[in-house]
Amino acid sequence: MTTIPVDFPLKDGIFRFDPAYWHGRRSPSGSITDTEIAKRAMTKAVPDVAIAGADHRRSALMAAAQAGDSAAYQMLLRDCIPVIKGVARRRRVDADRIDDVVQDVLLTIHRARHTYDPSRSFTAWLCVIAERRSIDLLRRTRRVDMREVHAPLAFESHADDEAADPSRGLAQADATSTVARALATLPARQREAVQLFVLEERSLADTSALTRRTRGSLKVNLHRALKALRSKMEFRE
Amino acid sequence: MNAPSNADSAHELLIRDLSADLTPVRRLRPPSVRTFSWLVIVAATAVILAMIADLSALGHRLAAAPDVWLAVTGSALTAILAAFAAFQLSLPDARRAWALLPVPATLLWIVASGFGCLRVWFVPGTHAADLSEARDCLIFIIGLSVPLSALLVIMLRRGCPLQPGLTAATAGLAAAAAAATLLNFFHPFDAAATDLAVHVLAVSLVIAGNSALSGRLLSTNFYAAT
Repeated sequence: MTTIPVDFPLKDGIFRFDPAYWHGRRSPSGSITDTEIAKRAMTKAVPDVAIAGADHRRSALMAAAQAGDSAAYQMLLRDCIPVIKGVARRRRVDADRIDDVVQDVLLTIHRARHTYDPSRSFTAWLCVIAERRSIDLLRRTRRVDMREVHAPLAFESHADDEAADPSRGLAQADATSTVARALATLPARQREAVQLFVLEERSLADTSALTRRTRGSLKVNLHRALKALRSKMEFRE
Repeated sequence: MNAPSNADSAHELLIRDLSADLTPVRRLRPPSVRTFSWLVIVAATAVILAMIADLSALGHRLAAAPDVWLAVTGSALTAILAAFAAFQLSLPDARRAWALLPVPATLLWIVASGFGCLRVWFVPGTHAADLSEARDCLIFIIGLSVPLSALLVIMLRRGCPLQPGLTAATAGLAAAAAAATLLNFFHPFDAAATDLAVHVLAVSLVIAGNSALSGRLLSTNFYAAT
């Protein structure tokens, strides 16, 4: 479990503390685990001095990130990961899906960073986003589970009636070569995303591990590739 | 010390990607200020409509039937509170309970309009809307709600709503209530049951249309892209 020092100096050495913010509490000392911070923020317990310090530090980092400080932003996002994991665990997200929630929340923070008001608690802001994204993932997983069954043997042994049609083979070969030509014109990263996701039907986790690229970057590349392919195919038609 | 797992290195890569092209952002203005901006546009529309409306007929109607004031107050308050709730819901940390904010004003609107129906039944000589007038109401409310909703959705997209359907539905209520309030400039008859039913139908259609169409525009679900 990660323990973060509460009196964490910022890059410029300035630790701004607004006494009015946490109801007149003084600058913090000591340390507290991130899971504990998330837990107390979620249960709306009155924050103690250590929580206020960690939260205030995150608020200051986010304010710096809003001004374009990428070092502060990296520090903040790394600091958010244990909090997000704590919230996802409490929401009973499966252990193997918690990292999906982390990625989703990091992308959401990036997309929503202009909506954060530094006069409010960052940890509470983060916990609500993590909670909402955990619920989204649970709903998505439940929908997929209701629609699909995992039966690899049944899938492999399913007879394809249309395979017997010889004209279909010719049409398919023609379509395949058209797609291959369009695919060859894509940038390398986009081509790789289509190859691994669509043609080799690899999972997001597999592809991420194989290419050493982030899930977010893989999704963006695939999205752009499919859009480019669609426009190329429409142009040919 | 343990070696970092694939997931940890994936998080690290994502963090580097996100911070690599970090640019300063302009902070979103508070929901109250954004609501006010939208209401200024609605007020400007009201001024334009007032210039072409028969204001003396409206004055007579308001003087003769005090419950109309209540209905107008209810619909105007619904528009203001629903717009404020929609801007609150466009923040990622918004609680769903914000959607309940316009409910009391909506109840006032419905109950006051219901009084209008009672007057039509019990007071002789009142002019209730016929079917063609009720159809005009429907067209007016939906026709004006479309641009007001579109403007609201464009403004809401500046935020990051994590409950896009609810946000869009609340925005639909705000636009429909604003349109129904402005309808009073061209509504020289009392709210009969058919008229009230048409208003409810128009507002429901706008809310449903917003949820179905604008919900997608406001969605920030990263899985939807793939």
